[in-house]
Parts: sequence; structure tokens; C-alpha cells
Amino acid sequence: MARKAVPTIQQQDTMYRYTDFDRQFVQLRAEQFRDQLERWQRGELSDEQFLPLRLQNGWYVQRYAPMLRIAVPYGEISSAQLRVLARLAREFDQPEPALLREAQRTQDALQASQPGLTLAAPPLKHGYGHFTTRTNVQFNWIPLARAADAMDLLASVGMHGIQTSGNAIRNITCEALAGIAPDEIVDTRPFAEILRQWSTLHPEFAFLPRKFKIAFNGAAEDRAATGWYDIGLQALRNDAGEVGFTVKVGGGMGRTPVIGSVVREFLPWDQLLNYVEAVIRAYNLYGRRDNKYKARIKILVKAEGQKFIDAVEAEYRAILEQDGAPHTITRAELERVQAGFEVPPLRAAGVASETSISAKPFQRWLAQNVRQHRLPELSIVTLSFKRPGWAPGDADAATLDALAELADTFSAGEARLTHEQNLLLPWVHAQNLPALYERARALGLVQPNIGLLTDMIACPGGDFCALANARAIPIAAALTELYQDIDEVTDLGPIDLHISGCINSCGHHHSGHIGILGVDKDGKEWYQVTLGGSDGSALSGPATPGKVVGPSFSAAEVPGVVEAILDSYRELRTSAAEHFIDTLRRVGHDPFKQAANAARLDGHHRSARQAEEVAA
Amino acid sequence: MKIIAACARYTTPDDLKSLQIANDADLAALAAEGAFDGVERIELQFPKFTDGRAFSQAVLLRRRHGFTGDLRATGDVLIDQLVQMARSGFTSAVLAEGVNAAAAERQFARFAGFYQGDALEPRPLFARQPSEATHDHREAA
Repeated sequence: MARKAVPTIQQQDTMYRYTDFDRQFVQLRAEQFRDQLERWQRGELSDEQFLPLRLQNGWYVQRYAPMLRIAVPYGEISSAQLRVLARLAREFDQPEPALLREAQRTQDALQASQPGLTLAAPPLKHGYGHFTTRTNVQFNWIPLARAADAMDLLASVGMHGIQTSGNAIRNITCEALAGIAPDEIVDTRPFAEILRQWSTLHPEFAFLPRKFKIAFNGAAEDRAATGWYDIGLQALRNDAGEVGFTVKVGGGMGRTPVIGSVVREFLPWDQLLNYVEAVIRAYNLYGRRDNKYKARIKILVKAEGQKFIDAVEAEYRAILEQDGAPHTITRAELERVQAGFEVPPLRAAGVASETSISAKPFQRWLAQNVRQHRLPELSIVTLSFKRPGWAPGDADAATLDALAELADTFSAGEARLTHEQNLLLPWVHAQNLPALYERARALGLVQPNIGLLTDMIACPGGDFCALANARAIPIAAALTELYQDIDEVTDLGPIDLHISGCINSCGHHHSGHIGILGVDKDGKEWYQVTLGGSDGSALSGPATPGKVVGPSFSAAEVPGVVEAILDSYRELRTSAAEHFIDTLRRVGHDPFKQAANAARLDGHHRSARQAEEVAA
Repeated sequence: MKIIAACARYTTPDDLKSLQIANDADLAALAAEGAFDGVERIELQFPKFTDGRAFSQAVLLRRRHGFTGDLRATGDVLIDQLVQMARSGFTSAVLAEGVNAAAAERQFARFAGFYQGDALEPRPLFARQPSEATHDHREAA
């Protein structure tokens, strides 16, 4: 087939378009950060005083270098923004050679200090961005001295790190299929944008007891894990067809996993800001500040129960009756913001390709990585960032540039970050799928594993994060390696495997069907395995934390433990149609626990055998 | 907003009738006791600058309890929180020991406007006319 010129899909209004005010605001924020950074460098701000200022701009200081967390509100990212991320990866995410050597030496020493307990550790990488579970992008090596320049560059495409850390209202998420899912009830992106604006530099709520996370879901299926959020908002329509939200408050992971409680069955859409204000004001006044681990709103809701809900309702009434409800969303404002989320003008298909469409790899990719769109001529394509040689969700400069190109060619210039650390193209003409497959394959992004075992979630863990108790990347790498047979992975069916390097739970281990949590014992890395967690999706059932199978395992044991659990599943399932989570719920945890615990000393599992073969 | 250096606090005394309130005080109970009657200044506390309870107390004093006197921020008051304080209803602030007020003024000049309504402009950006989109958060110091 001859290669034709690629028709580009016109780029307009697929995403909220920043007004002059919005653009200027982000630029002024970058200027403010430069001023703060310079005052800190001159010694006018102490480290302690500078800390929350840099955190609220996304700047952490990690194990070896600063980490920048950039917000991608509700996951929507444009090709222009992807290109700027590519530049950041190429030009900024580059450590001094001496720093990298020292960091690698320290990691090697960590490995050497635990003989017999570890897995192969991939060397530290740089020059790439990392997609997080909450639609942020992180970079690990940008020197603080270049921080202000990085923020200026980001501001040039409307990006920033505002409130991606610190004890404030964090980046607001939506399910990745908002606006394109066949089961959508309400497109929540405009509401997320309105709430994002309201939460940005909120004067009263910048020093809350602890971080505060809000998620929206607008479809029949909860794909946004709303039960796990400080505030989870499920959009719905009442009998009269009016739009509103079921409001859940007090979910969260961490040391004490809690599922949010419904405090309002139906909050009219125009009251969103007024009600959220009432919730956060009550939290700001009454949330615990004496103990970091008891400071999230979930602890307040658990401890106070109805009393907390009554306080919120009283405050909400006062906002309505005494304040005159100044933040009632007007229809004009909703329509203004909604106009930024129209379906983009789509040109006819026609990108040439040499893909053999009847071949099994393409068919398998179609079945696993391509979803039905609410518009019949379109498809939703998830590019898999779960591939050998890479940690989950990592994309280097060349890949980020190539993604921008794919988004321009196939998806009206728009892509989306997903909760599962992949990147999704929302506006792909079904006839262009073979051409997209061909190009994505060249980038190594077509593993047909979306939703399957190897589509695992993992935080950066002890390779980078100062909070981590254990490394997550070697665990993810070993499991990716162990399950390279796609026939086997497909046969195992949908499984949520989530890995966190510490109890802060950035890898959402609590909500994994199989959860792996790094813990520290006497300076050594150990891993707790949990079973039966759920994020609240249709597959997984109501949100719930998993249960621990037993005492923790060494890293070297983890692949064998996972394998034993999955072998048990294959033995116990009624047929290949019964999913792992359903078998687990039907037969109970015991046989899986036994298999997992037996794997501690079992030398017959494949991972151990492979290790022996390599050694032989 | 009136910004007072820590060292100047006691050199320029005034005779306003003042009340100091802890940041975990129950404002509704105090109001019920008539504690705010005749009070011309309420001093709210920031024991650490990261403890943000007094921001909400200031909002409640202005909005719920109709306090119109001087609302003063005291304790660990740093310049990067002054704009937030002004927007939450504070009208004066005593800077923490050792904090130089010189960098404070440009913080007030930085942003042309904000998204939310606040103590100075109760309407959010979307409810204002385009010509009113910006407002000045400085007051004669």
C-alpha cells in the first residue's frame, strides 16, 4: 500500500481553552515562585519556611534530587504540552554525572546490603517523565537552581505544579473516559475545571491539616476510584433529568484505608462549590493537627460520624442563607466552560498503513487496548506504558515527542493520562486504527495488556522517593519479565496488581486485587501482599481495601508468591470466564493465602527455577 | 492591610478594645456569650504558619458574626501568607520575629485577581463583569 500524506485533524476546542486571565495567572504564579526561590537562595526564607511554598508548586526534595510534580488536570493533555514535557525530559531532567554516580553507588550499596533477598535492580534512569495514578507527571532530576526556568517553560503551555503537593486541595481528577464513554451520564470535565479554578490559590484552604484530593466520575461505572478520595463526586441525573452529584467524603488510603461515606445523595450541580467549601471549612477547623497520620479528613469523618456531617450541613446552610451563596455556579459560566469540551471537528479517516489487519497481534491489540467510543465512527485507544525495560508509566523525551505526533495525527491533538499510568488517545477514527497500531508498535506501546496482570500500577518507590521503605521498580520489572507470555497473561484475565513502596500508598496497593506494599524491617526491604482490594470499578466491585496474606516477603520471594496465587486461581476457577477477583470472592482467601505462604520456601516456582538456570 | 514589624508592635500602642482568641476556640459559643460585644480588635493566632485554622476563623468572624473591627493576625506570620490573610478578612498583621517586611509589598501587587470570591470581593471571577475581573488587594497600609 502506498503511503499517503497524513491528513491532520484540526485542533480546536477539544480541551478547555485558557482565557487571558487563566494564562496570565499561571505565568504570575511562575514569577511568584521565582521570587520565593530567590529569597530562599539569599537566606531570607528558611528551609522550613520555603518548604510549603515549593511543595505547593510541585517541588519535593527526594532521595537524591528534587522531584517536580506537574498537574495534568483531569488527565487532559495537548500535543503542545507533551512537546514541552519532552523538552523538560531532554534539557532539564539531567543530573550532573557525579550526582548520578553517587546515587547509583548508594542504590548498589542498598542492594548489596541484602544478600539473597533482592531482585535484579535496573540502573537509575534520567531524562524521562513518569505518569502517576492521579494524572500528574513527575520528573526526578531537575536541579532546584533550574526550577524557576522549568516553571516558566511549563507556563508557556498553561502547565504548572500548583497544589500538586502540600496540605492543600490537590490536582482534581476525572475518569479517563469522561466525554467519550458509551456509559456516560454526565461529562464531568467542565465541573472539574470549574472546581479546579475555585480551588486554585484558595486563600482560606492553603494550610489544611493534610492533603486533600477530589475526584469526579460521570459514568455508570466508577472508573475514578471515587470511594478512595477525600471527596468523591459521582455525577447523576435525577428523575426530572437535572444534573447533580452524589457526594462521598472521607475516603483515603495510607496507614488507615477508609472508603468515603455518602453525605449527600443528590447535590444540585450549581451548588458544587458552595458545598465543597462547607466540607473543607469544617475540615480545616476540626481536622486533627497533632498527628500527621490522623490528619486526613477520613479520620475526622470516622471519629465524628454524623456530628461531622451535621457540622457540614450547618455550614452549608449558613453559606446559602447568610452569605447569599456567592459561589453558586451560573448557567452562563457552566456553558462557557462546557464550550471548551466540544467534540473536535474530525476529518475523514485515511492514514495509510501496512498493518495486516487479520493478523493475530493486531486483532489482540484491538480486543484488549481499543475501547468502544460513544461516537460510533471513533475508537478509544490506550497506549501501554507497561513494557519490559521500563518502569510503569515512564516516557522519555523521544517517546513524549512521538506521543505529541500521534495525538496530532490521530486524536485531534489531545491525549489523556489514565489512573493506570497509561496514555490514551480519545478521538481515533476507527479506520485509522491500523495506521496508529503500526506507529505505536514502533514506539513499543502496543503490548495488548490493558487491564491485565502486567498492566500494573507502581510508584517510583525506593529508587527515587525519600519516603519509600522499599523499592517498587525491581518488583514491577521482575513481574513484567516473568509474565511476558501474552497468551498466559490473556488467559489469566483482568487483574489489578498495584505496588506501593510505602504506606503512603501512591501505588494504590490497598485497591489492588493483588496489592504489594514495601515495608522496612531493620533497614531491609520487605513486602506485604494483600488480596481482594477494589477501586470500585465494575470488574472489582464496591471499593474496599485488600487483606494481608501473612508476614511480609523478601523481594526475591515476591514473584514466586504472585505466581503461586495465580496458579491457585487457575486451579480453582470454574472456567476461564471466571475472573481472578470473582474466584477469590467465591472460594475465600484461605487457599490463596496458603499458596502464597507456601511459596516462601518453595524452590519449584518458575521465578526460582529461572534464577537457578541463569546461575547454572 | 496594615503590616506591623515584630519590633514595632509595642512601640505604637493604641487603645482599641482587643480580644485574643485561640485558633481552636468555639466562635459560636463566644458569640453567644457576647464576647465580641464592643470589641474593636480581635487577634487571631498562627502558632505555626502551617496551622491554617485562623484563616477559617477570620472568614467566620466576618461572615457569620458580622465583626467589622480590626482583625489581626499574630504569631508565626510570614510574608508569603499575607495576601491570603487579607483575602480571608484580616486587616492587620504582626510579622513574626525576624521577618523583613520589605518583600511584603510586591506580594500584594503580584496577582491581578483571583478565581474565588473572598473577604474583599465576595463574588467569584465568573460572577463579576469582565471589566471588574481584577481588583486590588492592597489597602492603605
